[in-house]
Amino acid sequence: MTIEELDQIAESVRAEYAKYDHEINVCMGTGCLSQHSDNLRDALTKAASDKGKSAFVRRTGCMGLCAAGPLVLVDPEETLYQGCHAENAEAIISSLGGEPVAALQCDLREHFEQQVHVVLENSGHIDPEKIDDYIARDGYQALVKALTEMTPNEVIQQLTESGLRGRGGGGYPTGLKWSTVAKASGDIKYVICNGDEGDPGAFMDRSVLESDPQRVLEGMAIAAYAVGASKGYVYVRAEYPLAVARLTNCLRDARRRGLLGNSICNTPFNFDVEIRLGAGAFVCGEETALIASIEGKRGQPKPRPPYPAVSGLWGKPTLINNVETFANIAPIIRKGGRWFASVGTEKSKGTKVFAITGKITNTGLVEVPMGMTLRQIIEGIGGGVPDGHTFKAVQTGGPSGGCIPNEHLDIPVSYESLIQMGSMMGSGGMIVMDDTSCMVNVARFFIEFCMTESCGKCIPCRAGTAQMHTILTRICSGAGSMDDLELLVDLCGTIKETSLCGLGMTAPNPVLSTLRYFKNEYIDHIVHKKCLAGVCNMDAVVAESEPNSPFEVLA
Amino acid sequence: MQAFTPPPLPSDDKRWKIVNGTMRKNGFARHALIETLHTVQSSFGFLDDDAIRFVARSLRVPLSQAYGVATFYHHFSLKPAGKHTMTICTGTACYIKGTDKLVASAEKRLGVPQGQTTKDGKISLMTARCVGACGRAPVVLTDGELVGQMTSEQMLEQLERWAVE
Repeated sequence: MTIEELDQIAESVRAEYAKYDHEINVCMGTGCLSQHSDNLRDALTKAASDKGKSAFVRRTGCMGLCAAGPLVLVDPEETLYQGCHAENAEAIISSLGGEPVAALQCDLREHFEQQVHVVLENSGHIDPEKIDDYIARDGYQALVKALTEMTPNEVIQQLTESGLRGRGGGGYPTGLKWSTVAKASGDIKYVICNGDEGDPGAFMDRSVLESDPQRVLEGMAIAAYAVGASKGYVYVRAEYPLAVARLTNCLRDARRRGLLGNSICNTPFNFDVEIRLGAGAFVCGEETALIASIEGKRGQPKPRPPYPAVSGLWGKPTLINNVETFANIAPIIRKGGRWFASVGTEKSKGTKVFAITGKITNTGLVEVPMGMTLRQIIEGIGGGVPDGHTFKAVQTGGPSGGCIPNEHLDIPVSYESLIQMGSMMGSGGMIVMDDTSCMVNVARFFIEFCMTESCGKCIPCRAGTAQMHTILTRICSGAGSMDDLELLVDLCGTIKETSLCGLGMTAPNPVLSTLRYFKNEYIDHIVHKKCLAGVCNMDAVVAESEPNSPFEVLA
Repeated sequence: MQAFTPPPLPSDDKRWKIVNGTMRKNGFARHALIETLHTVQSSFGFLDDDAIRFVARSLRVPLSQAYGVATFYHHFSLKPAGKHTMTICTGTACYIKGTDKLVASAEKRLGVPQGQTTKDGKISLMTARCVGACGRAPVVLTDGELVGQMTSEQMLEQLERWAVE
C-alpha cells in the first residue's frame, strides 16, 4: 500500500457516493440501535427505492446526541433529524430536494458548534464496518506516511511535540511513554489498547470503537512502529458486544487491505492485533491488572516498578494506551504535533471527549478543546438541568473522581485544574446531579462500587473500603455520629497512602470531595436526621429515637 | 519428552467441540483460559464443575487457578440462568436517574434478591455495572436486548409477560 494507492481507493469511494444526490446517515450506535434504528435504516432504504430517489442510506456510528435518538443526518444539506422511527422514513425521503420535515428537525446549533471534533471527526459520517469509507476520509494516510517517510524516532518526536497525554485518566505524557518503551531492550515488545472502560458513566471508548474502529487500529500500528513491537492486543469489555463485533470485522478488512500483517506497505514492518475480552472487572482498567488478565489470570495488579514499559506482558516491554489516546495518533502524524499543540491549555493539549449524562438536557457524547469551562460544557453544550430543577454538582473521573459544585464551574477543564478541585479527568465521564441527589448517598454509592470491585489483594483497599461503606451506610440511615466523620477522613488518608494500585489510591476521592463541598449535607444527616434531597430513608432510626414510648416518657 | 495430548471431550454434546475449538485456536496455551471460559459461558450459559475441570486439564492450569479465575470475574456465572434474564444497569448515570427503585420493585415482584433466579426457574434478576448506554439512562437488558429510559411500570409489564408464559 502506498499513498497513491490510498488516494485511488479514496477517489473511487468518493466517485461512488457522488452518484447519489443525497447521503442519509443513520446512527446505529448502541443508544440509537436500542430504539431500533436498524429498522429505520431498512425503511429508509426501501422508501428511497420505492420513490425512485437518488439517495444512499448509510449505517454510521454514534452522532453524539443520545438524548434525541435515533438520529438521521441528511447530506449535503446537513439536515439533522431527531427521534426518527421507521414510520417517519417516507416523510424524510419525500422531503429530499425540498423543505425538510419540520416536525423531526433537530435544531441544536449551540450544541454542535461549540465542539471541536478530532477523535470524533468520522463518527456519524462513515460506515464503521467499511474500511474504504475510513480511507476516503484520510484514513491510513498517517500510517503510510510514518512507515515510508519517518523514522520511529521522528514519530515519537511528533508525539512529544504534540503534548498529547494519556486519555485514560492518568494524563501521563504519551510521547514519554512511547520513548521509554522504544528504549527498553528486547526483541519482543507488545502494544496494548486499553478498552476496559469500567468507569460507570463513561462510554467514549465504546463509542469510538463502535463508530470508527479503524482509527484505533491505525493508532496502534503507528505506535508499534515507533516502539518496535510486532504484536498488539485490544482489550475490550465483554459488555460491549457491538464494539467487539465491529472490531473483529475491522481487523479482517485491515488484513485484507495489507494494512495489518507482514511487510506492511512493502517495508520490513510486521504488525498484527488480537482481541481479548474482558470479563467484568473494573480493576482490569489498571494496566498491570489488565496485563494479568490477558495472560489468563485473575486481574490483580502488581506493584510498580517495574513499569509495563520495561516489563509488561509476559515480562516483555509493553506499551499500554487508552482507546481515545490511540484515536488521537493518526491526526497528529497527519497534521503534525504542532497543529495538535495549538489546541488546548498550556499543559493539557488537544481535545477531550466527554460523556455527559445524568440530570442534563442533552445527554450524550461531546468533544471539546481542553480549557473550555465546565459551565460552558454543562450549560451551553449540555443544555443545563431539565424539568425546573437546580444544578447541584457535576461528578467527573468516575469512582476515582469527585463532585464539583456550582461555584467552581468556571474553571477551565484540564488535568491539573480538576485535580485541584479534588476530582480528576478520569476517562471523561461527566455526571450531572441536581437537587434530587443526596451527596452523602452518592459517596456511599461510589464506595460500594469500589468495595465490590476491589480485587482483594491489598488490605487497605479490601478492608478499608468495606469500613467506609459501613460508616456511610450508618450516616445515610440516620445513625451516624460526628465521630464517624473524623474516622472517615482518617480512613480516607490511610487508604489513599497505602493502597497498591490506583483503584484503592483514588477510592476515597468521592468521599473527600463531597466532604469538602457538601459537609452541610453530612451534618444534616447526622445531627438533624434529615436528607433534604429525600433520598435516604431514616424512618427506622428516627422512630427509635423519638421519646414516645411510655417508659421513656416516664423516665 | 512425551507430547501433550488434551483430554477427551466430557460428552458427545456438540458444544464441547466449540469449546475445544477455542483452545485449539490458541494452541492450548495457558493464557487462553479466560478466552475459553468465555466460550463455555456463551455455549452453555454458565460454568459448571465439569466444564472448569475439563478446561483446566486441557490447558494444563491448576484447577485452583481455573476456579480462581472463574470466580474472580463477574461475567462468569457458576449457576444456570433462568429462562429469561432481566439485567438492570446500576452504573452512576442510571443510579442518578433512580435505578435503585427499579431494582427494588423487581425484587419485590419476583420475590428474589438481585443475582438470583425465581424458584420456578423462569426469570433471573441481575444487575450490571454500566453497559455504556448512559445517554439513555436508566437502562435494562431484557434477555440481552438493551432498552433505555425504563420506568418501573414498563419493567413490571415485561416481567409479567415472562411470568405467564
